[in-house]
Amino acid sequence: MPVLINMPSLSPTMKEGKLSKWLKNKGDKIMSGDVIAEIETDKATMEIESSDDGVLFEIIIQEGEENVPVNSPIAIIKEEGDTDEQLNTFSKTSGINKSIAISSDRDVKLDKSDENQDNDIQTKEVIKSKKIDNNSRIIVSPLARRLAEQHNINLSKIIGSGPKGRIVKDDLKLEELSEGNIIKERSLSGISNNDVKFNDVPNTNMRKTIAQRLTSSLHEAPHFFLSVDCDISKLNEVRKIINDNNNIKISVNDFVIKASAKTLKIVPKANCSWNDEFIRYYQSYNIAVAVAIDDGLITPIIKNVEIKGLEDVSSEVKELALRAKENKLSPEEYQGGNFTVSNLGMFGVKNFTAVINPPQSMILAVGMAEKRPVIVNEEVKISEVMTVTLSCDHRAVDGALGSKWLKVFKSLIENPSLMLL
Amino acid sequence: MSKSDNYDLIVFGGGPGGYVSAIRGSQLGLNVLLVEANELGGVCLNWGCIPTKALLKVSEFKNNISKFKDFGINIEGKISFDISAIIKRSRAVSKILSSGVSHLLKKNKVQVIKGFGSINKVYDKNIEINILNSKNKNITVNTKNLILATGSKPKLLPNIDLDYENIWTSKEAMTPKSIPKSIAIIGSGAIGIEFASFYNDIGSKVTVIELENRILPNEDEEISEMAKSIFIKRGIKFLNNASVVSINNSENGITSNIKIGNQEVKLKSEKILIAIGITGNIENIGLDNSNAEVENGHIMTDEYMETKEKNIYAIGDVASSPWLAHKASHEGIIAVEKIAGLDNVHKLNVDNIPGCTYSHPQIASIGLTEKQAIDKGIKVKVGKFPFLGNGKAVVMGEEEGLVKTIFNDVTGELIGAHLIGSEVTELINLYSVAKTLETTEIDIMNTVFAHPTLSETLHESVLSAYNRAIHF
Repeated sequence: MPVLINMPSLSPTMKEGKLSKWLKNKGDKIMSGDVIAEIETDKATMEIESSDDGVLFEIIIQEGEENVPVNSPIAIIKEEGDTDEQLNTFSKTSGINKSIAISSDRDVKLDKSDENQDNDIQTKEVIKSKKIDNNSRIIVSPLARRLAEQHNINLSKIIGSGPKGRIVKDDLKLEELSEGNIIKERSLSGISNNDVKFNDVPNTNMRKTIAQRLTSSLHEAPHFFLSVDCDISKLNEVRKIINDNNNIKISVNDFVIKASAKTLKIVPKANCSWNDEFIRYYQSYNIAVAVAIDDGLITPIIKNVEIKGLEDVSSEVKELALRAKENKLSPEEYQGGNFTVSNLGMFGVKNFTAVINPPQSMILAVGMAEKRPVIVNEEVKISEVMTVTLSCDHRAVDGALGSKWLKVFKSLIENPSLMLL
Repeated sequence: MSKSDNYDLIVFGGGPGGYVSAIRGSQLGLNVLLVEANELGGVCLNWGCIPTKALLKVSEFKNNISKFKDFGINIEGKISFDISAIIKRSRAVSKILSSGVSHLLKKNKVQVIKGFGSINKVYDKNIEINILNSKNKNITVNTKNLILATGSKPKLLPNIDLDYENIWTSKEAMTPKSIPKSIAIIGSGAIGIEFASFYNDIGSKVTVIELENRILPNEDEEISEMAKSIFIKRGIKFLNNASVVSINNSENGITSNIKIGNQEVKLKSEKILIAIGITGNIENIGLDNSNAEVENGHIMTDEYMETKEKNIYAIGDVASSPWLAHKASHEGIIAVEKIAGLDNVHKLNVDNIPGCTYSHPQIASIGLTEKQAIDKGIKVKVGKFPFLGNGKAVVMGEEEGLVKTIFNDVTGELIGAHLIGSEVTELINLYSVAKTLETTEIDIMNTVFAHPTLSETLHESVLSAYNRAIHF
């Protein structure tokens, strides 16, 4: 008995679909379970699977044809033992169907289907993914059903926590997505979609900015990295004296910021940024400090660090970081730095390399201060050591210049009294 | 140790949280003891929800009578109020329901002790409880689980001393000896507004003093705006952005010094009612002998109402907001079902708890306000339908009212509903069911509402959110 394959209904709202691809040709042998075609709706792409063995006898709807109404025939499968007579009658009927199906009068088509029944011909529609089918038999709240559709969640795999196993909104575990976000519809290809669980969270403007700026930095600025260990034992002594006699607590990072500005002043050639036609040398010493905030980071700027004392630097960093975390910085407070300090020491990071924050030419990646064995006068001694790594834009800063910068920086950090000069 | 002084569950407090917990516990086969220091039924039944509704029924009658002429009914003479009879009925209603609770507890085999319970100590999966009974005798009992449902008391102002004669809490306002000529009400939450409505209707001059820039600050801004203008029309005065600095309580009445912005004004009134909220009854119940933690006068719990001390639970007003009897009952059931080890115990969804104010007009709401939803970043669709467009409301002569619905534009979830008008405290329950069942706009649109009913406004409001309202 020949089998008619119809355009499947892939969702309760689907009225028509596009036959995007035939995966079998006319005359191909088909086994039950074979994927024979792909159907595309405004929402999704799904595969049609055959539930019969036979031969693809006729393709009624050609590949690429759009607006094919649901339930209209798209192909005929010849089963073993089907007679020519049966097939001819069948082909004729479905031929009529086809011309009606693509005309706008869709009601007539249903009448013709009835005729098919008279001819003792089965009409079948099989969807590869049983998702929609299953959903209609699952006990689920109307809201959960809609959310599952919007997020392409297969309800048959969800265990309902409501009365009598009813699936409710909470069971879909969407909480990590903010409710207001419109989730982009994904095109899905049958099975694989059901096996991979994920959420698409729309990018905030901050994430987009980070992505755009840092990608262009790594693409355009040839980075190289220089590392050096700094002994901060003396610095910590000085810091202890200051903090014991002061209300404000100065951190190692405050010294790093101060020393960075001082070093830029001593090595002015490094305080620059690359432009295609010229290199701009700065005469100001504005140090940007990377601050992690919810879902991103921002680099508030400590301006004119060269004329500020440690106390001012420290309180300004604290104040800007606090406001950064509350998203309260104005643009001039995070734009226009000459140099950036990024410190991951508090996370226990020993050393790392940072991506330059354009149009700057250098960024200093500061690691954790820790006790390490060091050799002094042929003897092993315990010292407080911190590794810093300088990233340089090779277009504007060469290896020798970067090394010179690091050497001065190291001498300042290891002998903090030099910062007084 | 005999079986009688070793319980599966002891409940402190016989209010709507406590007695419901005790009954549910007994239904689940637990050996339950309930300890109540005062009357069964708690504040709700004796000094809150119930007696105030009895008073507000008086206002409602009065408001109906004033409409009789429009309906063609003439009655002779002047309307007057017999305040002692009003109070007597209100008290009688409480008494009937309180004895009803006693009967229910007995029927469910819950043992009840009149007394004050406190935690003595917590030791290997047992809690030792001391009860100071009504005969001033100390009894020691043990329990595996304890539910603290001790309720709350009115929050007071540090600069105002109560004298219970002229300066009242809600309890005194429920049992006045006479109708005050004037009353100042501090606080415009549900309690303040209900008393404002009642006293205004029985002839007192009412002034409401509110710290915030609008009244009923928990309600949707549009509803609180509308309520204010209706109350002003009825004769209630409002002072917003206002706080009471000091009070001069003399024989000639009370003078309140009120600060409104930078201005200071004086307000004379016969009585003052403090209705600024409540604070949990956490004193003397032995919390220090456990690991239970308190924050801002209330006991902290997890989502199944368990405190930081295992097997000790806290529910209702003594635990967390909203301060509502029906929330307390629901929390009690959650705690007990957890204790009994039932599968599938559901945590409480605060967004699904309706809140009602029984003033004239009534106000009822559930879920988020429009502003809260927008602040959460939800793209909203808002529907509004006025009572004016509803046949039954016009028939009843109750055209003043509005039903506002808020949907998540993306998902069609009903995230909030805010109602003002006649009988909205009854109507709101339909939206509670809708929210609990997680219906979307389609399900409500497809529901057939009987005609003519006030409930049709609920249907039309949803239609209106999707620009499909028929009758407006």
